[in-house]
Amino acid sequence: MTAPAQPSPAFEYAPAPESRSIVDIAPSYGLFVDGEFVDGTGEAMKTVNPATEEVLSEVAVGTEADVDRAVKAARRAFTRTWGPMRPADRGKYLFRIARLLQERAREFAVLETLDNGKPIRESRDVDVPLAAAHFLYHAGWADKLDWAGLGPGPRPLGVAGQVIPWNFPLLMLAWKIAPALATGNTVVLKPAETTPLTALLFAEVCRQADLPAGVVNVVTGAGETGRAVVEHADVDKVAFTGSTEVGRSIARAVAGTRKKLTLELGGKAANIVFDDAPVDQAVEGIVQGIFFNQGHVCCAGSRLLVQENVHDEVIARLQRRIGTLRLGDPLDKNTDIGAINSAEQLARIRELSEIGEAEGAQRWQPACALPDRGFWFPPTVFTEVSPAHRIARDEVFGPVLSVLTFRTPDEAVAKANNTTYGLSAGIWTEKGSRILAITDRLRAGVVWANTFNKFDPTSPFGGYKQSGYGREGGRQGLAAYLTGADSK
Amino acid sequence: MTHLLDPQAAAADAAPRREPPPPFGDATRSEAAFRAFLHGLPGVDQVGAEARVGVLGTRSIKTTAKAWAIDTAISMVDLTTLEGADTPGKVRSLAAKARQPDPTDPSTPRVAAVCVYGDLAGVAREALTGTGIHVAAVATAFPSGRASRAVKLADVRDAVANGADEIDMVIDRGAFLAGRYLDVFDEIVAVKEACGEAHLKVILETGELVTLDNVRRASWLAMLAGGDFIKTSTGKVSPAATLPVCLVMMEAVRDFRAATGRQVGVKPAGGIRTTKDAVKHLVLVNEVAGPDWLSPDWFRFGASSLLNDLLLQRQKLRTGHYSGPDHVSVD
Amino acid sequence: MSDRLAVRKTYKLYVNGAFPRSESGRTYEVTDTRGHFLANAARASRKDARDAVVAARAAFGKWSGATAYNRGQVLYRVAEVMEGRHVQFCDEVAAGEGLSSSRARAAVDAAIDRWVWYAGWTDKLAAVLGGANPIAGPYFGFSTPEPTGVVAVLAPQRSSLLGLVSVLAPVLACGNTAVVVTSGARPLPAVTLGEVLATSDVPGGVVNLLTGDAAELGPWLAEHDDVDAIDLTGAPAGRAMELERLAAGSIKRVVRPPSEEPDWTADPGTSRLTPFLETKSVWHPIGL
Repeated sequence: MTAPAQPSPAFEYAPAPESRSIVDIAPSYGLFVDGEFVDGTGEAMKTVNPATEEVLSEVAVGTEADVDRAVKAARRAFTRTWGPMRPADRGKYLFRIARLLQERAREFAVLETLDNGKPIRESRDVDVPLAAAHFLYHAGWADKLDWAGLGPGPRPLGVAGQVIPWNFPLLMLAWKIAPALATGNTVVLKPAETTPLTALLFAEVCRQADLPAGVVNVVTGAGETGRAVVEHADVDKVAFTGSTEVGRSIARAVAGTRKKLTLELGGKAANIVFDDAPVDQAVEGIVQGIFFNQGHVCCAGSRLLVQENVHDEVIARLQRRIGTLRLGDPLDKNTDIGAINSAEQLARIRELSEIGEAEGAQRWQPACALPDRGFWFPPTVFTEVSPAHRIARDEVFGPVLSVLTFRTPDEAVAKANNTTYGLSAGIWTEKGSRILAITDRLRAGVVWANTFNKFDPTSPFGGYKQSGYGREGGRQGLAAYLTGADSK
Repeated sequence: MTHLLDPQAAAADAAPRREPPPPFGDATRSEAAFRAFLHGLPGVDQVGAEARVGVLGTRSIKTTAKAWAIDTAISMVDLTTLEGADTPGKVRSLAAKARQPDPTDPSTPRVAAVCVYGDLAGVAREALTGTGIHVAAVATAFPSGRASRAVKLADVRDAVANGADEIDMVIDRGAFLAGRYLDVFDEIVAVKEACGEAHLKVILETGELVTLDNVRRASWLAMLAGGDFIKTSTGKVSPAATLPVCLVMMEAVRDFRAATGRQVGVKPAGGIRTTKDAVKHLVLVNEVAGPDWLSPDWFRFGASSLLNDLLLQRQKLRTGHYSGPDHVSVD
Repeated sequence: MSDRLAVRKTYKLYVNGAFPRSESGRTYEVTDTRGHFLANAARASRKDARDAVVAARAAFGKWSGATAYNRGQVLYRVAEVMEGRHVQFCDEVAAGEGLSSSRARAAVDAAIDRWVWYAGWTDKLAAVLGGANPIAGPYFGFSTPEPTGVVAVLAPQRSSLLGLVSVLAPVLACGNTAVVVTSGARPLPAVTLGEVLATSDVPGGVVNLLTGDAAELGPWLAEHDDVDAIDLTGAPAGRAMELERLAAGSIKRVVRPPSEEPDWTADPGTSRLTPFLETKSVWHPIGL
């Protein structure tokens, strides 16, 4: 058959970078305290673009004195403006903030991608819209707290000290600030050391919203700054998202105080695939579960538990699918896998992967060219992993999947629960009653059935066991910021 | 069971059942076996499938990639007219457009085929002689398929005799939805035989099958029966081609080739009107089934108005400014 | 007054549905508020605490897996059996707490009524604390409260029965299993409660009662990796911070002690239920 003249059968996507001209990064930033940007008293630190190692800006490192200023400002705001304010007006401020986030969404997305290394597709389609959604959701709660099921007349706690991680800088800020403000608290927020920029842009949004001074304070810095926030005597509430190790030390630090504490810590989620799963969607869910945000996700589906009778088929499909992932410039709209957030994190991922290999697991990575500069790790699958291997137990917090097998539902549940963590889990099967039975037995705070890594402000999120305590989102999440007869 | 086909006509025309290719030779040994096979295919989660095409739909195809995609899409068009009012004159003008889609730019690729009703296949054949452009004819009591098998086979033979080298048949959706899968299978086999040398595209009419599970089953059924292409729709039923349906069909041809070694083509038809739609489909082909399907031999667009939008976009890329509908021909 | 010589009870631990002596062989003297000898109670050791945690963990699956309806009936049955021991509880509370017989009776009445109140909570928790989540997308989502697991309880030191019931019953109503360190100086009603539990339908291991010294046992429980939560209500004075620090090692849920022992007759609301519940959020796509 003579075919018409054909173009060559190669579909190479031309670079499609999102323009970074929309963001205007200052050469240096101070702290946002009492409604103003002020100089910190400590030395500045650099924040880099992990995809290029380019220095983006210098950011102040908050000292104990800086934190004290911020807490005092927050206390004043709590006592004089935000606390006494009509709840409906507090709600309106949150609505304003949500709208401003939507209006400046592109700017936030580009800045998040520059500072964090995550693909623009994710910052644009997930992080920023969800952050706005959290403010919208909580805005409505501000004047309806009597109906939150926490007993009559729940009251704010006061000043909330909040320490957030680098994996979803703006989204975690929203998860922390939105409920705190909706319930009438004021905030001192410490963004992660490597990703301070969107929090500083958020401070700018607070100014555009005319939020009263001191209601939101942003004190950038590293571990010592976070410690100063947590240990400050006039903080009433501590909320932390990050590693279990740091969570432990925070729990120790607040022991014996009156500070209320919520912790959202690590995870090692099982993603359980049964032989009757909708296999193509399950493969998508596995990919979404472990490679979303380079695997820098506390609820990542880092342990694939696949029924032994479909192991080979699932792995073959998974490998084929991973081969189509596009790794590279995070600002390129077609990038699926961006940069690892820091050299330190890259070193940890490498170390655990090497341990995985040394312990006898089989490492598989697709043929994948990595950029010359920046921090990169290719999507990685370990098969022949045993439950005793470190890569089956330790949180890698990177694009590394450990594959284990099971034969019966009981074995799947036992292996899924065989971890000190309990943040999330996934189940893939077309059988409804099995979903409900397994869900019931999984010791995890979020269970995704036939989906994975989905988030919504109405759906409370948080862990069992050593993945932390307290919930973020939903009616249940409000309890973390309120006191009253019935709130714990 | 609902009686839809004249059993005597079916019996008279029934060919001995052709076995599906290995390793699926046993799949059609009985109605029960075939049902077990088709229902044993992995399920499709609709929301997950939609989420997948949603992400693929955000692929940003620009500059050189867009130029390549537009030319590739043009070369994949089955330029179609399927109206009761069709005349030889209409078909000739369509054929002229197929040969030279953009008179202002001879470097524009030709389309893959012209698709007409069987009685006009001869007109199309004559107008396209020597061009390499295929003549596709819809047959088997298109679009409903509601006729006895003898009539359908006669329809096919007639179209082939008139010069069609591609036959777009419709499956018996009534039989499929009633669970008489072997009837559907046998009919495709019979049509394929009636096609002779002509390529067979099997229209599933996914808008009537409704669920993606059914789309997957019907895709496999058509491939096992020997279809050269599986095609979404007649264009007469809404919804016609949708991205989730195309996704499931691309997964089916990918998996079928992996299992049997035989490659089957895919043709979404109906509802694809813009370059943006076409590019989304090409991205889907590229990332789901792979580049092997990125050729008119393995992927087609059943469309009429799509071509003009592709031409307008092509002009925009060439000239750097926007064009308008008067700069492409009305068919 | 009869001149019959009374048959005294031997007060022992209640662990895994049985009444062992302490593996350490230790006992301590329990007196009334005027210093008169009442009994020798078993003084639980760290190994008794360890055994109790093992029993509580083993019992957790069945107890948490029972229907809320069943758990409610089992707990109500406990109140029924308590009612039958009313006189005995009154005597022990009166002697141990130095109450008049009428005030002791009021405390026992309140304790039994409190137990009934919590028994009725089991099948309300999911509706009151959980619910459907209106997710912005094609997903059905719901959140449901689930028991935290094995809960260590340092029971109030003063209120030996009402206080004990007030901290123990909510733990059980949520579906948790418990390891309780009873009031040190006033342990006798707790041991009798153990006998009530043993003769009602509560499965062995769901409740484990350790008499002894909270200062000695508390650290072992606070640091135990297989204990999911700890209620420090009865923590010895000045020890709560240390225990909370130890509990941080395994990210235990901690209920801090009030500055002084509360009035246990007050309406507790859900404040003693929510600390021992986890929220599980479940998602599923909605499609054809």
